[in-house]
Amino acid sequence: MAEVRAQVQRDSGRAAVETAQIELRGVSKRFGSLEVLKQLSLRLERGKTTVVIGESGTGKSVLLKHIVVLLRPDEGEVYYRGERIDHLSEMELVRYRQRFGFLFQMGALFDSLTVAENVAFPLHEHTNKSSREIDAIVTEKLSMVGLDGLQSKRPAQISGGQRKRVALARAIALDPEVVLYDEPTTGLDPVRADVINELIRRLQRRIGVTGVVVTHDMTSAYKVGDRIVMLDKGRIIADGPPDDFRTTDDPRVRRFVDGRASPEDLSALDE
Amino acid sequence: MAASTRDVLIRTGATTLAAAADFGNFWRFAGRTFRWLSVTLGSSRMWRLVIPECMEIGVRSLPVILITGSFVGMVLAVQAIEQFRAVGLEEQMGAVVNLSVVRELGPVLAGVMIAGRIGGALTAELGTMNVTEQIDALRSMGTDPIRYLVVPRFLACFLLTPILTLYCDLMGSLGGWFVSVGLSDVDSGPYWEFTRDAVDAFDLVSGLFKSFFFGGAIALISCFKGFHCRPGAEGVGQACTEAFVASFVSILVLDFFLAVFLQAVSNYVYGFRPLL
Repeated sequence: MAEVRAQVQRDSGRAAVETAQIELRGVSKRFGSLEVLKQLSLRLERGKTTVVIGESGTGKSVLLKHIVVLLRPDEGEVYYRGERIDHLSEMELVRYRQRFGFLFQMGALFDSLTVAENVAFPLHEHTNKSSREIDAIVTEKLSMVGLDGLQSKRPAQISGGQRKRVALARAIALDPEVVLYDEPTTGLDPVRADVINELIRRLQRRIGVTGVVVTHDMTSAYKVGDRIVMLDKGRIIADGPPDDFRTTDDPRVRRFVDGRASPEDLSALDE
Repeated sequence: MAASTRDVLIRTGATTLAAAADFGNFWRFAGRTFRWLSVTLGSSRMWRLVIPECMEIGVRSLPVILITGSFVGMVLAVQAIEQFRAVGLEEQMGAVVNLSVVRELGPVLAGVMIAGRIGGALTAELGTMNVTEQIDALRSMGTDPIRYLVVPRFLACFLLTPILTLYCDLMGSLGGWFVSVGLSDVDSGPYWEFTRDAVDAFDLVSGLFKSFFFGGAIALISCFKGFHCRPGAEGVGQACTEAFVASFVSILVLDFFLAVFLQAVSNYVYGFRPLL
């Protein structure tokens, strides 16, 4: 009986390794005297959307940048499909990064290019498609985010929310295996935010995109997440399916989920 | 007192280490730029990126370079003409003005003007891209920002600084001629004859040779400062100032070492060449 149980555990362990698209093992990151990530380990499963929540300054965006090795860990390792990638040179990382899409918090669109040129950028860089094919993809991706028709505008000529949606179209232009979303719904009206949430869901369901979403927006977290991870001071303090977060008794998680300030936070106002 | 001395030592040590790290990072940055340059030099995609930079760095800098060159030549002539006339050598003004402009003042002042106009703009542009995560966005899409952003700007600066220097030399020469011949009644014929005797092709080439180095240094320093600027508008502003100061100092330092080298080459090839 014990042998059977051990075999089952070994098999389930192997399955977990095989389905892990990205894995962070014991990652620590420090900026000067500030330790942002502390021995953080996280395994992200293929085809699932993991939502990372937590107060501002707890290392969520830093975590996201470690996944695509925009930042390198001071300690620990990052794996993509079982291959260690955090020690690779910038040139070696190019072939991995083509499999990722990254939606930056402020969009990070190239000011000097038009909306269409921004979305077409990764296609020109990494494919041999003709201009006509690229134009068709650009139109398709912009339609997905509800912005077809803005092709010739410059980023400075569109609103903040539109910029974020163009950035999302750019992030998915190459049909990546993994999309990293840094606050995808911040700055959008509730209706448009719901469209983006639905888009994240569809990308996952239809083409099996692995998603990592950093957000403060619990509506979005519940809607898009297969799993929610909460960070606090660079460590994971809660990890589970969205339903666990709806019913949790942990006071730190509860406060964040309900959007309630702690007495210590409020006491600062009295002073 | 002991504690204060210790603090000073700690601060000095930290500043020295930071400066050494900065210097090392700069050369790593330069090394990556040269590596990408060697890989992409023959690619038509690279040259498509270089052409718009040539427009910005070359064509749009031309007016300020022309103004600088002409006034340098005129001022030089104004300062020298009285002294030369006092000893009856005013016809040799052309030799002195043109040799000074072609060998030293043209390349150095064109370099300084380019450092101010282009260096600051490059740092501000790349610094803004850095603080708005556009450089991270490039990296996340598998595009090396040094290949895409730095190499075209380096090539444009490296190739166009000598051409701008030629314009600066030309205007300096005309400015000196205008003051000497037009305003101070020196005969035009002897003015150009002495110029021809004094200014050799080597002088012109040595000035242009220097300007390749000045252009390369301005581009590398400005791009490096843009890539490593601190966040916020203040960070970008400070990076622009640092880029100009570092470019200016590097032009002067490079000028000294290249002058020593070129003088040695001149002595080897031509022997001693009297100015007058």
